[in-house]
Amino acid sequence: MDYAPNTDTQLEEMLRAIGMGSFEELISAVPAELHARELDVPAGLAEPQVIALGEELAGRNRALTEMVSFLGAGCYAHLIPTVVDALSARGEWLTPYTPYQAEASQGTLQAIYEFQTMVCELFQMDLANASLYDGASSVAEAALLALRATERSRILVSEAVHPHARETLATYLIGSPATLQEIPTVNGVTDLEALGKALRDDVACVILQQPNVFGCLEPMGQAGHLAHRIGGLFIASVYPISLGLLQPPGAYGSDIAVAEGRCLGSPMAYGGPGLGLFTTTAALLRKVPGRLAGCTVDQAGRRAFTLTLQTREQHIRRERATSNICTNEGWLALRATIFLSLLGPRGMQELARLNLEKAHYARERLREIPWIRSAFDQPVFNEFTLQFDAAHPVETVNRRLAAEGFVGGFPLAEWYPTMPQASLWCVTELIGKPSIDRLIDVLTRSG
Amino acid sequence: MSMSGPLIFERSVPGRRGYAVPPGDVPAVPPGDVLPEDHLRAAPPRLPEVAEFDAVRHYTRLSQANFSVDTHFYPLGSCTMKYNPKLNERIAALPGFAWLHPLQPAAQAQGILQLLYELEQLLCAITGMAAFTLQPAAGAQGELAGLKIIAAYHRRKRRARSTILIPDSAHGTNPASAALSGFTVIQLKSGPDGLIDLRELRRKLTKDVAALMLTNPNTLGLFEREIKTIAALLHEQGALVYMDGANMNALLGISRPGDMGVDLLQLNLHKTFSTPHGGGGPGAGPVGVAKALEDFLPVPRVRKVGTRFRWEARGRATVGRVHGFYGNVGVLVRAYAYIRTLGREGLARASRAAIINANYLKVRLQDTFPVPFDDHCLHEFVVTLKALRARGISAGDVAKRLLDYGCYAPTVYFPLIVEEALMIEPTETESKETLDEFAQALRAIAHEAQHNPELVRRAPQRMVVDRVDEVKAAREPNLRWVEPDPSVQAAGSKPHAAPPLGSG
Repeated sequence: MDYAPNTDTQLEEMLRAIGMGSFEELISAVPAELHARELDVPAGLAEPQVIALGEELAGRNRALTEMVSFLGAGCYAHLIPTVVDALSARGEWLTPYTPYQAEASQGTLQAIYEFQTMVCELFQMDLANASLYDGASSVAEAALLALRATERSRILVSEAVHPHARETLATYLIGSPATLQEIPTVNGVTDLEALGKALRDDVACVILQQPNVFGCLEPMGQAGHLAHRIGGLFIASVYPISLGLLQPPGAYGSDIAVAEGRCLGSPMAYGGPGLGLFTTTAALLRKVPGRLAGCTVDQAGRRAFTLTLQTREQHIRRERATSNICTNEGWLALRATIFLSLLGPRGMQELARLNLEKAHYARERLREIPWIRSAFDQPVFNEFTLQFDAAHPVETVNRRLAAEGFVGGFPLAEWYPTMPQASLWCVTELIGKPSIDRLIDVLTRSG
Repeated sequence: MSMSGPLIFERSVPGRRGYAVPPGDVPAVPPGDVLPEDHLRAAPPRLPEVAEFDAVRHYTRLSQANFSVDTHFYPLGSCTMKYNPKLNERIAALPGFAWLHPLQPAAQAQGILQLLYELEQLLCAITGMAAFTLQPAAGAQGELAGLKIIAAYHRRKRRARSTILIPDSAHGTNPASAALSGFTVIQLKSGPDGLIDLRELRRKLTKDVAALMLTNPNTLGLFEREIKTIAALLHEQGALVYMDGANMNALLGISRPGDMGVDLLQLNLHKTFSTPHGGGGPGAGPVGVAKALEDFLPVPRVRKVGTRFRWEARGRATVGRVHGFYGNVGVLVRAYAYIRTLGREGLARASRAAIINANYLKVRLQDTFPVPFDDHCLHEFVVTLKALRARGISAGDVAKRLLDYGCYAPTVYFPLIVEEALMIEPTETESKETLDEFAQALRAIAHEAQHNPELVRRAPQRMVVDRVDEVKAAREPNLRWVEPDPSVQAAGSKPHAAPPLGSG
């Protein structure tokens, strides 16, 4: 099956119209020595065979349809309203390109404009772009923007920022003269004293995550104040679902705020596609990476939308562009837009509160187990770090849990070798009280 | 049919709900009891308050203001706007893929790991490269990863290399990606045949060159006949050849970059391998490399040990990671389903049909608009509308007029080496009948340009909006909606006139 409609007879007819005796003659520009032999690819399959193959492979995964998962650590399972799937599956949303021809792309453009507005409202920031790839590359792009805006060369990033974001940032900095310095934590949050000592007037930005990778709430206001005192920018990486309850990044003086936005209406899909949310203050407008949709008028004076400020972008500015990004995550941005319009202000508040309550209930119950304690004494949202005693290695406990249909907390030793007994637990609205209670039973019996 | 087009915010009614969040089943906790006051949001976000059906009608109507592959011929050059099979959506939506957490232990993710492993093998077979990373989220991110690999390779060889050669016909992402990786870009002027000029290449190929970035077939749709010689020249100087694989739809089963001497390339799965463009993503930009560069690939990498699959997080010389987890897995699943559906014969037939379609359309148009570099093209071609300048008509005008004829516009003003360019890529999934209609539409517009140029200059007329004022958009940036101040409205400002949303 190849989806190409023209029949062999038609293709022959077309070859003749081109004036060619054969297809080989038509591709004579490809030297004979470079002609491919038959590809080492299996023969094609019919639809039922592909479905069977897909179902077989999918069936070999133990997805959250059969497991109760307490994993978060940068990827969060949240409810997805049926309407999000139904609307976004329309071909008119799924199959256009980036809206270059504004007049034939008003749907996508208005949706992006609505998306930008909703993200601004959620973050309480001045402007949002049309999306970047994911949360990790958004952190990297934020740091690059800070380097451009301040013309400084040092980046300070808390070690409680997700390690994948820090690693992505390091990769993006290959070939750049800028340097990256990590700020240590104390009791699960960024050490403000260490941050203060690292701050000098060559610092372009300070990057913190809220809640941080351990689930703890950071003193964002104070950290931002410190960054501003030396003329650096403050970059916040946040969790959109938490913003139904938590201070938005605009309220604590963020110059740039980014997030992984997949949790707004798109499935985890083994970690991707993600949705990079990217917001800034108005002052940084001309230096922002990525697409921007703007509201303008048409020749008749009616409201219309278009991509704008494109002179920042690669297809115009080439090597002087603010970023190389072209394709972004438009379809996930649309899903987030539909998600946020369905949830509305109260829905977002209720959803955040549900997460807060379930996580706190689970944490209280877990701490009743004698060999489990909280690793840090800090306020949390829906994720927290637990410390098991030496008799209960995290991997052993998780294996036991897997046999009972649970995915236990993420073993933090993988990212923080000095924390061998710590694991990161997340509880979202998708987990019911009976599952939490059963988890406690299993763990209690494991004692 | 008239349809109103307010913003979702303008449909908002205080107190209206669009989704019932489930009630709590654990003891209620006032947020102030567990969170310090200064962490709490002062007021809820000002999102729209609409009913579910309000949202359904709003976003359904908005969708109807789009041209898309499903609804219109979309010959956007270099973007390979082929049909996106519905089957692949079904496979990607299987709960075993969609509801899988990236940090679940490998034992719980054997199916997806096997799929990713096999997809890497398939891409190796198709391109002739030795190894792939599936991590980059789009073509431009693949380029970026590729350039980081080039930088890391030369650093390991202790060679100071600071420049990248890029032909003047290249995609804009090429120089942008090179600059973002700390390289200086040196432009190569194309030869009179539109291809890389070997004399120009030799002149600019110094000991400071880290790599040549080329696109093959290039953005004119022409195959670089001298690719092997070009690669040999670069290799003699210790430099690498990077191929922008955006145009791979021309080469499936026809020729493999690995056999051409290409050291690394990115593929755009949302182009060649049919995953939907989504109005601007998500894409996927896997990077394939020759054996000598494998150690530099991003981590983690999927490994097969016996019959089991697992992630390997460390790499000896790796450039690190470019994505939060493993890349756009949902897109990778769709591309895998596509490759397995087509198989070796289907892939080869797809490129073959794409090349015949492009050449057929080129022939059908040659009496209307000249092709500046006239050779048999592969999957796309470029015409110049320079002749219409005398009538005061630009390529952009013709593009807008095409919309009135029910065709999305080809890529305009690109590549930069062709004046008033229209870059046309029909793809293999369009029928001969559609190509004939498109040629007829362009001929009709050429006729209008002679006899009623104003009609073309004022196009489009049949869209939901007339020509959009892009200058105003850039001069007075309005990037988000702000609730109007009621006192200002009372003073007589013009309320929004709802544009009619036609059926396209």
